[in-house]
Amino acid sequence: MRGGEQMSKLTRRRVLRGVLDGAAVSVALPLLNCFLNDSGTALASGAPMPVRFGTWFWGLGMNQDIFVPKKLGADYDLPEEIISLAPVRKHVNLYTNFNCFRDAAPNLCHKTGWVIARAGIAPMTTTDLPGETIDVTIAKKIGGMTRFQTLTATATGNVRDSFSYESANSINIADWSPVQFYAKLFGGDFQDPNAEEFKLNPRVMLRKSVLSGVMDSAKDLSKSVGAEDRQRLDQYFSGLRDLERQFDQQLTKPEPRPACVLPSAPKEEPKAGLDIDLVTLRHKMMTDLMVMAVACDQTRVFNMAYSQSAAATSKSGYDKPHHTASHEEGVDPKLGYQPQTSWFIRRAMESWAYYVEAFSKVQEGDGTLLDNMLIYASTDQSLARIHSIDNQPMFTAGRAGGRVKTGLHIDGSGSAGTRLGYTAMKLFELDKGSWGTQSNGTSKEIGEMLA
Amino acid sequence: MQFAVHRNVVLRAGPLRRWVLIGAASVAVVSGLSGCSKSLPPDVAAAYERTPTRVRRMSQEQYANTIAYIFGRDIDVGTPFAPLRRTDGLLAAGAASAGVTAGELQQLQRSASMIAAQVLDKGSIEQKTPSRRDYLVPCKPASETASDDACARAFIQHVGRLLFRRPLEQERLQVLVAEASKGATDLHDFYAGLGPVLEGLLIDPKFLLIADVTEPDPDDPAKRRLDAYTLASRLSFFLWNAAPDDQLLRAAESGEIHDRAHLERLVDSMLASPRLEAGVWAFFDDMFGFEGFDNLAKDPAAYPMVTGATLRDAREQTLRTVIDQLVIRKADYRDLFTTRETYMSPALATVYRVPTQPGWVPYEFPENSARAGFLTQISFLTLYAHPARSSPTLRGKGLRERLLCQIIPPPPPNVDFSLLENPEAEYKTQRDRVNAHLQEPACAGCHKLTDPMGLALENFDGSGRFRDNEHGNPIDSSGNLDGVAFKDAAGLAQALHDHPELTSCLVKRMYSYGAGSPTSIADRPVLSYLNERFAKDDYRVPALMRTIALGFAQPLIARRSDAGSSGERRSETEEIQIEETQTEQTVTALNARG
Repeated sequence: MRGGEQMSKLTRRRVLRGVLDGAAVSVALPLLNCFLNDSGTALASGAPMPVRFGTWFWGLGMNQDIFVPKKLGADYDLPEEIISLAPVRKHVNLYTNFNCFRDAAPNLCHKTGWVIARAGIAPMTTTDLPGETIDVTIAKKIGGMTRFQTLTATATGNVRDSFSYESANSINIADWSPVQFYAKLFGGDFQDPNAEEFKLNPRVMLRKSVLSGVMDSAKDLSKSVGAEDRQRLDQYFSGLRDLERQFDQQLTKPEPRPACVLPSAPKEEPKAGLDIDLVTLRHKMMTDLMVMAVACDQTRVFNMAYSQSAAATSKSGYDKPHHTASHEEGVDPKLGYQPQTSWFIRRAMESWAYYVEAFSKVQEGDGTLLDNMLIYASTDQSLARIHSIDNQPMFTAGRAGGRVKTGLHIDGSGSAGTRLGYTAMKLFELDKGSWGTQSNGTSKEIGEMLA
Repeated sequence: MQFAVHRNVVLRAGPLRRWVLIGAASVAVVSGLSGCSKSLPPDVAAAYERTPTRVRRMSQEQYANTIAYIFGRDIDVGTPFAPLRRTDGLLAAGAASAGVTAGELQQLQRSASMIAAQVLDKGSIEQKTPSRRDYLVPCKPASETASDDACARAFIQHVGRLLFRRPLEQERLQVLVAEASKGATDLHDFYAGLGPVLEGLLIDPKFLLIADVTEPDPDDPAKRRLDAYTLASRLSFFLWNAAPDDQLLRAAESGEIHDRAHLERLVDSMLASPRLEAGVWAFFDDMFGFEGFDNLAKDPAAYPMVTGATLRDAREQTLRTVIDQLVIRKADYRDLFTTRETYMSPALATVYRVPTQPGWVPYEFPENSARAGFLTQISFLTLYAHPARSSPTLRGKGLRERLLCQIIPPPPPNVDFSLLENPEAEYKTQRDRVNAHLQEPACAGCHKLTDPMGLALENFDGSGRFRDNEHGNPIDSSGNLDGVAFKDAAGLAQALHDHPELTSCLVKRMYSYGAGSPTSIADRPVLSYLNERFAKDDYRVPALMRTIALGFAQPLIARRSDAGSSGERRSETEEIQIEETQTEQTVTALNARG
């Protein structure tokens, strides 16, 4: 089916070929009412709606007694720590009683849990970074058709807060500035998929031509370095290939996207800092931009970090940031939990609800953007107070193009949490017999979530 | 006083403005060093020989400094690079293993496009933008609307040499000239043809990756050495945090850089250059962990006088002090931790509660002030604290890890720390709070390493402001550092000044920074040698930099990249480790309390 979309592009390219020859041209293209098929289930070309994969991260887990619903399956109850999910519950699955297994590896505080959830591997040291994270694996399968193979953003304002890794030494850095993120997405190189005219940029053709020399340079350099460095050069070369693909796309009229409406540019940056109101504002701004980046088909794989793993989110007038509070705040004997720590988690869940709702508000075909995606949300601990990674909660949102049931609370019976990542990979038709290492290795999908 | 050059401030070279190398005669500023392999102890020479060759990824600052040198400071380069991973105490040491992701390359392409557009801009009177092409392209094309191979060649050859840090190969040059010609013809614009070519150079791995290249050592056929251009790059990135300038490349081209006497003169002149300040600035910014300021904020409810400007100035205050003390005055490195001399800005004066003038001015804290040295500057006090309160533990940890090259283990997992916190208890002071940990045997193992020296800084709150009481309770600022007792922050400063690991830590970090990778056990003889030299040179940092820089020319054995991939080079880091059994006891003891 993806082949159909590819064919339509080739056809258009064939039409355009021969009239370019280095000069800018304009080609009249269909209007918006022709963008979808008659039933609204596919693009005008007959290609199906693309299914996207997204992630969301929050730090410092949960308080089980007030986070985990008592009821399993549909219409699950919403304990006080996740009460803010009420407007989006029908879109969200909550997965509890799944485990991260560290086997012989140490329990590295605020690291082991998220690395297992995202890469299926228990790291051995604090500098032992994950190999390829799940978003990158899926992007290799579905990200080749868009301008950006993945987009990664953070609400912390810190470029380092990313949970997306291409390899142990290669982090996909986070876009942290709403102003810069807007410029990256919708600035000079953006091609409005719904524009009536397609103007070919001859400079892009020249860039592509020059790029072959850069690739030769990478090959040349690769000959004179050792094995480890050669791997880094291979990665570089692969990145150049991606760039070439991006240039090709800029030379191709994009498929019209009715859901794509250019957002207005942010006027100014939120102030620096991790005060929760600033983080919430930044999260909202980055989410709104990310939603349109997906709606405009600039990417099909996207990541958002609400906080870093040992979240340092702070609350004005309270002297401990979230992480410090999780260790130093006393448990209220009447409530049975740490009230300030829980307050931070509740605010995180409000932002998770905002994230889900933002995608659900965009109409696409006969459904919403959210219907055509799967968002996977994970954390770094279960009970942060003791750095526990047992029963780390996870969420998904979206129906993945009708392949996933939503609105469910699913109990994992203590099985590996990597089953969710594995299921996601299968949903995106990755040919993987299993995912994860040692006890986190699994080849068992979560059947309850599959439609 | 005003500094001639600060971070990111570099001089520009080009056809019209060339960096003039300062004569060696004017720069006899550091003691003479042998550095010659024949005079080195055999184990040191052998250790030098084993140093592996590396491929380092350029840092954001090196990229910006290099572009600024070639095209001018006013060129906006964006922020295309991922931050390096702090490795063995330094971000710079992560450069030897950092990859370049596809996403990063896309950002680099965008930056390249932006830079090329600015360099080749024809300017606009209405928009008040300069016509940079007039002075950055070293010739005028015969026609601006057609190709001109000779002029394109001159530009590409000039820029390519500075970007690649060695001359462009003729074959590549010809291809690029042809690309520029095609572009100019297609677009009817000579400069538009140059644009994509310049963009291509700016995303080329030969620009963005700093690869060591070796060649046979003519003095010993069994050995190898860094080739002249690699040696020039090593020197320049180490001392100036930027690519080599035209003069340095000339020394490489002529081969003079491999002549011992010439190399020494070259290094001396680089040390005497104003550009050294940018290099030293970058090193200490890295060593002190100042990237933490990029995302540091204080709770305005607790510290209303601390703004973003305060924190920016705090970082700059320390680095200005570093430059003044270590580069300009060539003071003993250890004095950085006791000196009362610094610089003051209005934003900082509010927190220090001292009078000042607009802009940066020299300032000396009076004798009776509680301020003495780096530890009592707002930078250290705010960076190693919580948003709304001080933290003796974070300050002690920062001191040990950043300044003494020790590692404090993270808290053990599966321990309920809140069991130690009685929610009913109201600790009068931070000392009372952390004493709860120090008196608890299971916690004391780690906290005794950090808290006693951190508590000596309790006269300064989380904003760095002085206080003599906490909630009306007097502050006890006594403590000890590895057996040396003191009664206040000045005593801590003196204890740190006299700590033997203070100087050896700097040596380790600076050597690692120069090599662009972590040190290993195999480097120990070199580090011992450098420590010895540093002491003989009265702990003057430019002298240490000179010794390290001259060491880049030492002979090597075999191919270093092969050696680098072997398992021989285990981390050299000396850690203060809590034994695993002790950790287990900690976990057991604390959980038993639950």
